[in-house]
Amino acid sequence: MLHAHTNTGGHVLGNRFLVGVWAALMACTVLTVAVARVDLGFLNVVAAMAVATVKALLVILFFMHLRFENSLLRWMVFIAFVILGICIGFTFFDLAWRP
Amino acid sequence: MSETHKDYDASKMGMWLFLFTEILLFGGLFLLYAAYRHRYAAAFHEAGRALDVVLGGANTVVLITSSLFVAMAITALQQGRKVRCQWFLALTILMALVFLVNKYFEWTAKFQHGVYPGSEHLAALPQGQALFYSLYFAMTGLHGIHVLLGASLLGVVMAFVARDKVRRDDYVLLENAGLYWHLVDLVWIYLFPLFYLIS
Repeated sequence: MLHAHTNTGGHVLGNRFLVGVWAALMACTVLTVAVARVDLGFLNVVAAMAVATVKALLVILFFMHLRFENSLLRWMVFIAFVILGICIGFTFFDLAWRP
Repeated sequence: MSETHKDYDASKMGMWLFLFTEILLFGGLFLLYAAYRHRYAAAFHEAGRALDVVLGGANTVVLITSSLFVAMAITALQQGRKVRCQWFLALTILMALVFLVNKYFEWTAKFQHGVYPGSEHLAALPQGQALFYSLYFAMTGLHGIHVLLGASLLGVVMAFVARDKVRRDDYVLLENAGLYWHLVDLVWIYLFPLFYLIS
């Protein structure tokens, strides 16, 4: 016998909600292409990465269902990205101040 | 009757742990990109002009839409709509193929201009531009392999759904395959602006 129960606690994401997330991702894609056409100097990179991060959050929280997972998993994912941030950030502390 | 217990939470956590190694793999490459872009800003800017924003943008739309389809496949199976789930999985795989065909045309055009890893044309370019193209081929290439693997995995899950090995009350394999597919989308979300929108 298989002791089956839905692992998401029976939590189902509605189609309308999912299409809404998709529409937000599309809007962000249009925005990032539009912003890239304006010359903002260094701010271009900042804007592109900010929009990409908003898109990444939408994918992780809703498509990947993390918003509705248990807190252990949520913390694990958060810490993984913090470690990635430290890895990239600390490299730039070195690079940016090299003669 | 044998007692089988599946721990779905642990199964999903295992998948996320694997995804962390993938994030660090691509993270390392993004770090390399960032370091070289910092050093050769003008050359990266110049080299980025040669990439086709329309093709890159089209592939962004294709991947985001495929992510929607795989999420809708999970919803369909949770509602017990097996055929609908299979259709959405088929559409997801179709989107993966469209992505790869686009990539094929994009890379072929680059090859015809003599831009491919190890080419004489690339060696003659300024070092910063050569680095940009090397990273472009390495990162979009590695990402392309992930698209291929993810689509194959979804194909296997589709066969499991057909045989009711993945079904309404036991679908963690579909969820985990979906997580992998979303990761592929996630990596592209950063690759697109960094390579195609740089100029």
